[in-house]
Amino acid sequence: MIEMHDVWKTYPDGTTALQSVNVVIDRNEFVYVVGPSGAGKSTFMKLIYREEVPSKGQISVNGFNIGKLKQRKIPFVRRNIGVIFQDFRLLPKLTAYENVAFAMEVVEAPRRQIRRRTMEALDLVGLKHRASSYPAQLSGGEQQRVAIARAIVNSPAVIVADEPTGNLDPETSWGIMKLLEEINFRGTTIVMATHNRDIVNSLRKRVIAIEKGTIVRDEQRGEYGYEI
Amino acid sequence: MRFSTLIRHIREGGRNVARNGWMSFASMSSIAVSLFILGVFMLLALNVNKLADQIENQVQIRVYLKLGTEQAKIDEIKRQIGRIPEVKQVTFVSKEEGLKRLKDSLGTEGKEALEGYENENNPLPDGFDVFVFKAQTIADVAKRIGSINDTDPDQPIMGVYYGADTVKKLFRITNAVRNIGLVIVAGLAIMAMFLISTTIKMTILNRRREIGIMKLVGATNSFIRWPFFVEGALIGLGSSVITTAALLYGYSQIVSTSQYDLGLMMIELADWKDVGLPVGGTLIALGTFLGIWGSTISVRKYLKV
Repeated sequence: MIEMHDVWKTYPDGTTALQSVNVVIDRNEFVYVVGPSGAGKSTFMKLIYREEVPSKGQISVNGFNIGKLKQRKIPFVRRNIGVIFQDFRLLPKLTAYENVAFAMEVVEAPRRQIRRRTMEALDLVGLKHRASSYPAQLSGGEQQRVAIARAIVNSPAVIVADEPTGNLDPETSWGIMKLLEEINFRGTTIVMATHNRDIVNSLRKRVIAIEKGTIVRDEQRGEYGYEI
Repeated sequence: MRFSTLIRHIREGGRNVARNGWMSFASMSSIAVSLFILGVFMLLALNVNKLADQIENQVQIRVYLKLGTEQAKIDEIKRQIGRIPEVKQVTFVSKEEGLKRLKDSLGTEGKEALEGYENENNPLPDGFDVFVFKAQTIADVAKRIGSINDTDPDQPIMGVYYGADTVKKLFRITNAVRNIGLVIVAGLAIMAMFLISTTIKMTILNRRREIGIMKLVGATNSFIRWPFFVEGALIGLGSSVITTAALLYGYSQIVSTSQYDLGLMMIELADWKDVGLPVGGTLIALGTFLGIWGSTISVRKYLKV
């Protein structure tokens, strides 16, 4: 599903964020990416959804060699990758429904299909009843659920979640994790960067630890392994 | 593009105008103000042009013939003048008519001076009033009329007058007014463009995040660009239509209330129905173009993220 071969990333200001990263993530895996701040987690995630291009090496996601992707092909690859952020990134002037439907409008889906899939996605995240609320009227957890609904509405093969629980209290975080697990269970590969020790240690999954730009640990059912 | 997508872009563009209420208002105001000033200058320029035309059309050549020139000769000379291609019209002015005109133009004070001159002892010669198509050719035409004498041993033409200096001065003034008007109009158009592109740039900057999210969920560049394109066009069209309506209404009011006063000064303003199409058409076309152009270049700039 996701393959990186000898991937290096050096930013224009000279900082090297990743060096010689080799990793293979299979279909339907659930992977935590952990590590100290500034270790290169975010760069790792950005490379997957083609926000950044590797300076060296090859990345393929869902069969696309995304390092060599032409600019105008990028949107079509993104449609197969759902992205979730710590700060939700919802459009403030659209309702929950519109935010989710937006991801489908973009791919020019038929209207009837948009309505059906959007309501299904909102139903899955448990927010059908708040469809017409604006992000400002929703709690942090609810906003993140809307963001998740938006990420899954096009049935992507991969979901990339960059600290999805970073802004949420523990209880709400657990709700989000249950949801992600459910989505994973339904067949979507999930790559999630996190600082949440409790979650990683309780909900055991594969753990990839990145420090100073290199993968220092990669184990199935791993632990968080850092003191906070 | 699917038809439903096109509808979506138009709906979305319209909605964006409403959603970004204040920014839309700012863009529209800046377009409206620039276009309004532009429109005022266009009306001014059109009227100056009209005035200049009026004055230029009054320019004429006066030809005086030797006293006692016979009728056959007069007809012959009239034909010769009429054959000059630049000449629009030749009118024979008999000496009787000439005297009457002189008396009229001198008014009551002049009447005394001309007392005693009647048709029997009329001191004036017969002559012609010659009108030309283009005022600029007047000096040339006058010279050619004068040269009729060269081919005629009688030298029947006593004098050719057209107020050479006055005409030259008039041309200098009307040309200057036209050029200044043109420069001001061009300058304002450029200024309006800058204002609008800045406003729309700010609109886009405000929506950078929005564009980022659109790209993240897989929107193509053209998909992102369309609603902005529609938005720009709507803003440009809306503000230019409002401006045109306000401008023409105001102008028609000015024309109707001042027609009498200005009429006394021999100035006739252009009718708003005549200027409406060129001014309104220009403003609406320019406004719409500016809106589209401003949004297009601004979006292109921020789509490369």
